[in-house]
Amino acid sequence: MAFTTSKSYFWKGFRDGSPFIFVAIPFGTLFGVFATEAGLSIIQTMAFTATVFAGAAQFAALQLLQEGAPTAIILISALAVNLRMAMYSASLTPYLGAAPMWQRAIAAYLTVDQSYACSIVRFEKEPDLSIPQRMAYFFGSVTPITPLWIFSTYLGAVLGTQIPESWALDFALPITFLAMIGPMMRTPAHVVAALVAIVVSLLMVAIPFNLGLLIAGCAGMMAGAQAEAMLERRKVRT
Amino acid sequence: MTQVNPVTIWTIVIGLAIGSFALRFVFIGFVGDRPMPPWLLRHLRYTAVAILPALITPLVVWPTATGGQLDMPRMAAAAVALAVGVITKNVLAAIFTGAATLYGLLYLLG
Repeated sequence: MAFTTSKSYFWKGFRDGSPFIFVAIPFGTLFGVFATEAGLSIIQTMAFTATVFAGAAQFAALQLLQEGAPTAIILISALAVNLRMAMYSASLTPYLGAAPMWQRAIAAYLTVDQSYACSIVRFEKEPDLSIPQRMAYFFGSVTPITPLWIFSTYLGAVLGTQIPESWALDFALPITFLAMIGPMMRTPAHVVAALVAIVVSLLMVAIPFNLGLLIAGCAGMMAGAQAEAMLERRKVRT
Repeated sequence: MTQVNPVTIWTIVIGLAIGSFALRFVFIGFVGDRPMPPWLLRHLRYTAVAILPALITPLVVWPTATGGQLDMPRMAAAAVALAVGVITKNVLAAIFTGAATLYGLLYLLG
């Protein structure tokens, strides 16, 4: 009985996660193309995409690699981009924290923007779900995109070697990132965080080893947190 | 295509694989169902939205392809991609309009 209801939640998750294949396929392909452009072999590209499994961080690492940034800076910056995964993990913990360890370990690997976004909405809407139902829903929501993400990366990596220099792909990556930033501007605090990060990154450009990036990122993060706290205080007062 | 040292690439791949998993596992795996301090969650919320603009802005203002010279088509493409993203909340629409602006202007001006 419990098994059948978990199964139906798997398919609910599957349905809710399906629209994201229209994001996973083009992004995966782009990543494959960029990785090849950056000098990665197909095996390296596939290992990268399958183990790290986080588009934005993978793109950030490639960009810094092309700029010749030191390895430590590349690692720190890309992981900083992925810090939001820690936030997702934290936010899912009250719902999934009581599941068996092996399930939590797999869930951790599959925590991405899409599975988090689907799951948190469903879990908040239906607070009475059992742990197995929640897990089933969570795994269902990433099932459509995971194989397609990996396959489209492969496709991009194979195609990437055949793209001529004249296509100005140097700027495809900045455009991709800027396009990702737009929808993140959900609250005034997000806008403050981004604006502070932009200004500080321009001021810090002369600092060696791309350290300016980390300084600007921290400044933006703190500005966003401060702005959120201030906005909340104002809301309480009025 | 540039040649990159394979040791560097593998260091990055393995480091990021372990690091990313650790970030995703830290709360759900170790914290279990204990509550977390709100100030920490508040900072974590703004990491992506701060670090991505900080990474991109210098590339838009001083593009590598033009040797760091201000470049009209690239600036315009960046502005369009950001604006369309903010307005439509649609990442793919923003990518395509940004790319169309870049290629359109490169063609017209070049």
